[in-house]
Amino acid sequence: MTNSETILRAVHINKSFSDPVHVQVLQDINMSVSRGEFVSITGKSGCGKSTLLYILSTLDTDFTGDLFIDCQPMRGLSEKQLAKVRNEKIGFVFQFHYLLNEFSVLENVMLPALKLNLHTEEEIREHALRKLEILGIKSLADKKANKISGGEKQRVAIARALINNPSIIMCDEPTGNLDKTNSLLVFELFKEITENEGLTLMVVTHDQEFANRTHRIIEMEDGKIL
Amino acid sequence: MNIRLLVRIAFSLLLARWKQSLVAAIGVTFSITMFIALLAFMTGLNDLLDGLILNRTPHIRLFNEIKPNNLQPINHDSLFSKKYNFIRSVKAGNSRQEIYNSQIIIKTLWQDKRIQGVAPKITAQVFFNEGKVNITGIINGIDVEAESRLFSFTDYVVEGNAIDLKNVNNSIILGKGLAEKLLANIGDVVQVTTANQQQFSLKVIGYFQSGLVDIDKVQSFASLSTTQKIVGKPSHYITDIQVRLHDLNAAPSLAKEYAQLFETDAEDIQTANAQFETGSFVRSLISYAVGITLLIVAGFGIYNILNMMIYEKMDSIAILKATGFSGRDVNRIFMVIAVSIGLFGGVIGLGFGFLFSVLIDQIPFNTASLPTITTYPVNYSITFYLIGAVFSIVTTWLAGWAPAQKASKVDPVVIIRGK
Ligand SMILES: Nc1ncnc2c1ncn2[C@@H]1O[C@H](COP(=O)(O)OP(=O)(O)OP(=O)(O)O)[C@@H](O)[C@H]1O
Ligand SMILES: [Mg+2]
Repeated sequence: MTNSETILRAVHINKSFSDPVHVQVLQDINMSVSRGEFVSITGKSGCGKSTLLYILSTLDTDFTGDLFIDCQPMRGLSEKQLAKVRNEKIGFVFQFHYLLNEFSVLENVMLPALKLNLHTEEEIREHALRKLEILGIKSLADKKANKISGGEKQRVAIARALINNPSIIMCDEPTGNLDKTNSLLVFELFKEITENEGLTLMVVTHDQEFANRTHRIIEMEDGKIL
Repeated sequence: MNIRLLVRIAFSLLLARWKQSLVAAIGVTFSITMFIALLAFMTGLNDLLDGLILNRTPHIRLFNEIKPNNLQPINHDSLFSKKYNFIRSVKAGNSRQEIYNSQIIIKTLWQDKRIQGVAPKITAQVFFNEGKVNITGIINGIDVEAESRLFSFTDYVVEGNAIDLKNVNNSIILGKGLAEKLLANIGDVVQVTTANQQQFSLKVIGYFQSGLVDIDKVQSFASLSTTQKIVGKPSHYITDIQVRLHDLNAAPSLAKEYAQLFETDAEDIQTANAQFETGSFVRSLISYAVGITLLIVAGFGIYNILNMMIYEKMDSIAILKATGFSGRDVNRIFMVIAVSIGLFGGVIGLGFGFLFSVLIDQIPFNTASLPTITTYPVNYSITFYLIGAVFSIVTTWLAGWAPAQKASKVDPVVIIRGK
């Protein structure tokens, strides 16, 4: 770690579901992630990894405790402001590579940038093409998003997560339904991105091998960080 | 805000489901088409029926009604002024229908800027003698030129030449129904007997057809001077002064004013023909009700398609939200979809509505009672098109409201977790 600037900080985060019975899913989570870090979160199924990730990514606001992204407190922000934070600062890659099937691969990558509206459409197109090129799928740019393979979709989702140069990229089991070769490919991509572009990554994974190769492993059990 | 992007996303979603969207739009098209066609036809019919009356009816009619005087002698007596007086079998005192100083009144009226024209008239009750049978009828003594100019008299003279009333001595134009009863052809002479048992011979020079059969069975027309001769009155004798105004709606207030000024009775067209306004109103009301009902049904179509679309597009909504689109953005995307369907369907509907109106306008419509009408009446008022356009957008807006609201409330965590 060359840089100790804190990108994300969670303080005393608690989360419980009361439906159908009261379950405390997260207990007093305290953690922080610095710029340029590649962090993995591991733990048994059902220990609360995804739940934590949804909270850290501001998608889930129903929790107690405090969350800071780029030193900015998330508590008290409106739904619209949170959407802007996600748009600007967070890139998200889901396990099931959610793409918009109505759009082409290129358009899927461009959408968050078009929403951010910092550059002209032409510039955004070029940025998007470059990201696709880095991920080795530039040739798919004009294909419809539902006409490409699972591994390709996952890479498109990563390109989309990268497009706005976010402060942090969060991934929920990005290699969960990929075969060995593809997961290795994705891992190498992540490694490259963090090292070459100075991005911060937080990845939830079951794959111990994958986790071992990251900078830091956060291990969870029963809603607590070990 | 970045509305263009939202519109772009909306259109992509719309085109991905273009068949259902088209069906929803056709629903709007259908209802707007029917709305326009229905109103055009109904209003055309209204105008026709109203015109039947309004074109031929004076806006204000000045006359002297034969009726008992409101001020009976007992009311003048101070002794009884504080009492409640009952008087029975009061008889009319003035038996004269004549309007006094009619020439001066007409002159005064001509100077009034609010008035389009004035036509004097005499009505005389007579019997037409047909062998042994006497048929009651009415002779209207008219100033042919004024009557034609103000009340389109010539339009309703179906045979013969109206102006001959003036040029041919002792001539008469009979109502078509009356002429048939009398078996009188043009050029024939008919006998009339007045209320005072005077006999006259009049030459038939034409037929008159108003469109109202009951009127055509009793009415006939002669020149003012001929009628004056029949009733045995001097040349200033006039029973009615018919006034046509520039503004029909001013009639009630002007009628009151003239009644006071000229000390005659004055009846305005609204009072005389109240039932026609009611009829028109009810017909319009029905057309609007049917049109709006159709639109509401179309609205439910849009509501359905949007709801369906939202269920199908849950993943897309979750993705949009996770990547930085707010609930309001998602709401707008679906509102754009709804209003686009409404706008598209509505514009085509307006076009079809117009075509439909033109089509109705071509259908032959011949009826003996309406000599001037050859096709179905249609009104092309721009108002219907504006109302149709506004309504199509408003209903689709309302139909889109609830689904869009629902879409904006979709919780991405639930969707992402649900996979
Ligand atoms: N909506 C909910 N209502 C009630 N309980 C829930 C809800 N969502 C999750 N849970 C519970 O919260 C706990 C943590 O769930 P979470 O999805 O975070 O686990 P996870 O660590 O991601 O597991 P996995 O590795 O299988 O993905 C689980 O026990 C789950 O049953
Ligand atoms: Mg999980």
